[in-house]
Amino acid sequence: MTDSTQNSALSLLAERVQEALGEHLLELIEHRGQLTAIVAAAAWVDVARRLRDLPGLRFEQMIDLCGVDYAAWGVDEWTTARASNAGFSRAVREDLQDGVRPGVVSPAERGRFAVVAQLLSVQNNQRLRIRAHLPEDFPTIATLAGVWAAADWFEREAFDLFGILFDGHPDLRRILTDYGFVGHPFRKDFPLEGHVEVRYDPEQGRVVYQPVTIDNRVLVPRVIREDNRWLIDRTGASKGNRNG
Amino acid sequence: MADIRNLTLNFGPQHPAAHGVLRLVLEMDGEVIERADPHIGLLHRGTEKLAESKPFNQSIGYMDRLDYVSMMCNEHGYVLAIEKLLDITPPIRAQYIRVMFDEVTRILNHLMWLGAHGLDIGAMTMFLYCFREREDLMDCYEAVSGTRMHATYYRPGGVYRDLPETMPKYEKSALRSAAEVARLNANREGSLLDFLQDFTERFPACVDEYETLLTDNRIWKQRTVGIGVVSPDRALQLGFTGPMLRGSGIAWDLRKKQPYEVYAQMDFDIPVGVTGDCYDRYLVRVEEMRQSNRIIRQCIDWLRMNPGPVMLEDNKLMAPRRESMKGDMEALIHHFKLFTEGYCVPPGEVYAAVEHPKGEFGVYLISDGANKPYRLKVRAPGFAHLASIDEMVRGHMLADVVAVIGTQDIVFGEIDR
Repeated sequence: MTDSTQNSALSLLAERVQEALGEHLLELIEHRGQLTAIVAAAAWVDVARRLRDLPGLRFEQMIDLCGVDYAAWGVDEWTTARASNAGFSRAVREDLQDGVRPGVVSPAERGRFAVVAQLLSVQNNQRLRIRAHLPEDFPTIATLAGVWAAADWFEREAFDLFGILFDGHPDLRRILTDYGFVGHPFRKDFPLEGHVEVRYDPEQGRVVYQPVTIDNRVLVPRVIREDNRWLIDRTGASKGNRNG
Repeated sequence: MADIRNLTLNFGPQHPAAHGVLRLVLEMDGEVIERADPHIGLLHRGTEKLAESKPFNQSIGYMDRLDYVSMMCNEHGYVLAIEKLLDITPPIRAQYIRVMFDEVTRILNHLMWLGAHGLDIGAMTMFLYCFREREDLMDCYEAVSGTRMHATYYRPGGVYRDLPETMPKYEKSALRSAAEVARLNANREGSLLDFLQDFTERFPACVDEYETLLTDNRIWKQRTVGIGVVSPDRALQLGFTGPMLRGSGIAWDLRKKQPYEVYAQMDFDIPVGVTGDCYDRYLVRVEEMRQSNRIIRQCIDWLRMNPGPVMLEDNKLMAPRRESMKGDMEALIHHFKLFTEGYCVPPGEVYAAVEHPKGEFGVYLISDGANKPYRLKVRAPGFAHLASIDEMVRGHMLADVVAVIGTQDIVFGEIDR
């Protein structure tokens, strides 16, 4: 496929999505030849049904579904603006919110959590990504298990790792973490090293849980550099889009 | 009348036919499965969370360890996602090398699958035959990357280095005489491409050999024909991809339909099943090995004729050559920055998918402009396949569970992540 046919196919798909979703569509982002539709969480199942059934769309496969936590968007751990006098101290920041750079529009403004589904149409050979944002407290969304059977385990995973609840899910249990695990490990405020560790206790003769004894060492701080000069050089304009 | 109760059977996680650490809780009526509930996550390492704490390039090695029998294909998905976000395209020679090694990996994976699947349902010899050929391909991995499995060979912007002119050789030892060593090294005297070409000439006969043992084998057919049938509609509903989808009769292959790298230039066929049972999926995978062999041949021919760079020359993204660092201050600074901080990827989100030997391996990558991924989601084909096991084994006998696990080609490195 050449670039121009790809582009026209993409704009045709964008038109069809706009037409099909109507007021449920909050924003349609085209980036790197891929379409992301941000939709209202309340209409999640309705949107999915339309995308699956309407001719011209026919997304008969849900390839993937995952949760995203936007709480730490645009946070860097190391100030690069004053690199000469303070930067090399490797000052890893302890707090999350203080590090947000001025002027960064975070997708979290639509809601801290998001559910993202990748759709594929085998019939029309096209892809689409749909995203719905959910509030920080009590993130709940309707299940897609009735639209695509594949959603079952993917939603269990998103529940397990992010604590997103799927209303109407047939069997919403933890899937990847240990039996009796507490917390949702992929949230940005869950520490990388976790809260508990296991070891064998010879006195009790069994495996016991205890608070973690290791610290997280940041070897390479998280840095956001504004000057993607090499991008500007090759294309004539910055390709960055802060809104993601 | 005796009191008849349903039986709950715990299958795994240490059962050899569970292909790793699958724990299945089976509810059975006599020997018939009424419900299968897989408990997964025993190999969960939090790869995606770990990747959020590292610069982009440092996670390539983790990708090898996802599906640890098709290492380079995992890397490919991840590297492709980074390249899409950066909006760069690797040199054409690197693309051919990647396609060649993707197909080497596909054969590696299918051989492992065929050997293990055969062993599970009573074909012991397959395991030995398949591992014989796997050894040669492992040597190709070693020649090109220095390790037999976890290669970390693909990098954003190309591959780590060009194909070597020599192959690793056997050496004389107390266990190997000089004559034995000479015999083993006979096809290793030339370059990697010579060695691979020799392999591709031998390999079709090897596949014939496997087929002689299995395709018309009465026992093999009794264990696989009509077992785990999935209709095309259900296969789409359940998120099947790769050979699982093609086995059900849907001609869908990303290499043809959404070609990446130089797959559009390759001449190969897509095998498709008819009934969607374990036997059809076996036939599809065996034919895929033959087709992969064809693709490798085409890549070898092209690579012989067309020398060139295998990595982009952009020092903001790729480390400069070691020679230039000795004399060039700027190269040294670039090297220092890349290895202490990495490169920043412009904000955005992409989903990149490759036709992995097991199905569609996708990487959903979100960047907020930092030197580390904001979120990485690995879409493992096995995850969707295993989710359907309840549907596939319901009403079958206990022994068929083993056949269905085998046909799904499950590896827990990628399912548990």
